[in-house]
Amino acid sequence: MASTIVHRGAAFEQDPGRAPRRHVVTDVVTPPLHTISLLVRNKPGVLVRVSLVFSRRGYNMESLVVSPALSIAGLGATPGEYSRMTITCSGDPETLEQIIKQMEKLVDVVHAIDHTGQPVIESELALVKIKVGLKERTEILQIAENFKAKVVDFGVESLILRCAGETEKLDAFIGLLKPFGIIELVRSGKILMVRGLEET
Amino acid sequence: MTSGGDKVIQCLEREGVEVVYGYSGGAAMPIFDALVDSSIRFVLVRHEQGATHMADGYARATGKPGVVLVTSGPGATNCVTGLLTALMDSVPMIVLTGQTITSMLGKDAFQEADVTGITYPVVKHSYLVKDAADIPRVMREAFHIATTGRPGPVLIDLPKDVTQGPCTAPFVDTVHLPGYHVPGRPDAGPLARAAALLKKSRRPVLYVGHGAVVSGAGQAILKLARTLGAPIVNTLLGKGACTEDHPLHLGMLGMHGTAYANLAVQHCDLIMAIGARWDDRITGKLSEFCPDAMKIHVDIDVAEFNKVVRPDVCLAADARLAIEELLPLVEKLDTADWLERIAGWRRQHPLKYPKKGGLRAQYVVDRLDKLGGRDCIITTDVGQHQMWAAQFCLTTKNRHWISSGGAGTMGFGFPAAIGAAMATGKPTWCVVGDGGFQMTFAELATAKLQKVPVKILVINNHYLGMIRQWQELFFDNRLSGADLEGNPDFVKIAAAYDIPGRRVTRAGDVDKVLKWAMAYDEGPCLVEAEVVKEDNVFPMIPAGAPLSGMIIDRPTAKLEKPTGST
Repeated sequence: MASTIVHRGAAFEQDPGRAPRRHVVTDVVTPPLHTISLLVRNKPGVLVRVSLVFSRRGYNMESLVVSPALSIAGLGATPGEYSRMTITCSGDPETLEQIIKQMEKLVDVVHAIDHTGQPVIESELALVKIKVGLKERTEILQIAENFKAKVVDFGVESLILRCAGETEKLDAFIGLLKPFGIIELVRSGKILMVRGLEET
Repeated sequence: MTSGGDKVIQCLEREGVEVVYGYSGGAAMPIFDALVDSSIRFVLVRHEQGATHMADGYARATGKPGVVLVTSGPGATNCVTGLLTALMDSVPMIVLTGQTITSMLGKDAFQEADVTGITYPVVKHSYLVKDAADIPRVMREAFHIATTGRPGPVLIDLPKDVTQGPCTAPFVDTVHLPGYHVPGRPDAGPLARAAALLKKSRRPVLYVGHGAVVSGAGQAILKLARTLGAPIVNTLLGKGACTEDHPLHLGMLGMHGTAYANLAVQHCDLIMAIGARWDDRITGKLSEFCPDAMKIHVDIDVAEFNKVVRPDVCLAADARLAIEELLPLVEKLDTADWLERIAGWRRQHPLKYPKKGGLRAQYVVDRLDKLGGRDCIITTDVGQHQMWAAQFCLTTKNRHWISSGGAGTMGFGFPAAIGAAMATGKPTWCVVGDGGFQMTFAELATAKLQKVPVKILVINNHYLGMIRQWQELFFDNRLSGADLEGNPDFVKIAAAYDIPGRRVTRAGDVDKVLKWAMAYDEGPCLVEAEVVKEDNVFPMIPAGAPLSGMIIDRPTAKLEKPTGST
């Protein structure tokens, strides 16, 4: 993809001497994040067309999640006909307004909605691989338990933890694990759904 | 058996296509084969770029989509400039490109290129057809998308196995495009707000763009202007929407617009954009563009709202429908003082040019206007001659002015004239510079073969004149890449294609030569005007300068380098 995808975790540095706090992400100066959800026709090239709208304007896409959509109100969709995209991005609001309009203009985009500030359910998934000796194991498992993270791979020298929740929760979780030595980190990117009967 | 290629051509016939411009090649063979049995006229050009500009000229002159058929790889990439030109100026166009067989896609087959990938940013929409059963649907959708809303080019990439194999799918009449919305009539709310703003205005200006040409809003706008007592200005591409010889018409605004049009815009208390997009060539320095004026924006493309300026009222609608529905809501304004002030500016700063010191391009295009140019279609290329033609050749009929605006594509003017003349049968003057003409003059063969009434006026100053002008004004006259030494003898070039030509070097001979060309009715002809080498287009607002920074006469002091985009 042409847009730069910046890892949120990369901007998350911790002072090792300080006790980590849950909402530590708010200490980091980052541009305001916007979450846009798109309903698109599942046609070849639709992802390129959407990402070109961002890259042409030098706008930064933070994460992008694409998944099949089920039934669409009023459109009578057959399975596989539509997809949902959730894009988080940062940058100035004027450009964002233009980006949303340009995405709306694409023939294969049914709608593009900026949900920033709306009552929504957000969620993200992270897989974290940590090098673990016997000494640290208990402490790491305690952290995992507190965050309702699941151990999905129990190795002799490593653990893989799976944690789901809001982006800020994952940021805090990863922050706590960092001092132990994270070997690999994969995050799914944010997905979102509007509360109540309103359309996402 | 009906092949996919047959189906493609049958779909074109069903869409009412009369002519296809193109260039043959291996991957498009089955489509070309189907053309043999079709009533559609195929025009073999000399370069694919020429085909796209001919289709473009055809479309701009008629409002109907222009159709291009080329082969894969280089055939398709040669269309990219034409696609950009059409996209920037909202021209309906269908480009059919041959493609390697589906099993070889992405495997670097001979003459393979990722054509949909290359063209994403320069199309309104595009298709890669991998199943012949999709052909009827794709063709119908493509024409629907190209011609509705804000028109634009649609590309259809057709692998050879798809066009060669059988296609039994039935024709399609309806389209199902849930993501594609076209505004039509304006909403009552914004319409009432626009009327309320107009009611309070004492110094209104109607700023008319290409959208007014496309929707045929000219008559309604003239009626609005008369009802309100408001002056009209138009963009380069808005020429012809409203007849430019109307007393309320101030001609073109913007970088090389008339001084009085720009002064009116600068001093207005309300500006209403009708199918225009506040281009940087119009606004100059944005922060100083009409800061105190109320702004109304009529556009069929809602993405244009708030893109450049933040209007007070946005009307998402077809321009003609919007103005027609606005008309009953407005009444005469007290603009007598305003019109008097504008008349003063018009007297004070008329369009002018030096009459002495050799043959002037301005004189040539001025005479063209006076000797019947207004009854012809005029196409231009890009550069100084384009601006002079825009200033001096008044356009009085819709779709009689054809010029590459947004993209500024050199090489556009001549092939566009061929397309426009073929579409309408009307005498078509193509005003070109010596630079741009050389980019596509291989199409002289096409013009000759098609016997089109195209009258080529080459304004030859042996320079890339606009570049030279900028370097003179802003770069201490340090000329760089501006001298077109080595130009051919254009009359002889025409003669090589058996096209008659005349050269004019003295003002006294201009009328005679132009009248000869006007009267010539056996196909294309050429006039080469050898003009003063170093002349500048004025008025001029340097790129990025505010409208108040307009230069009306040749400056004596050195100017700052422009800060605007180009």
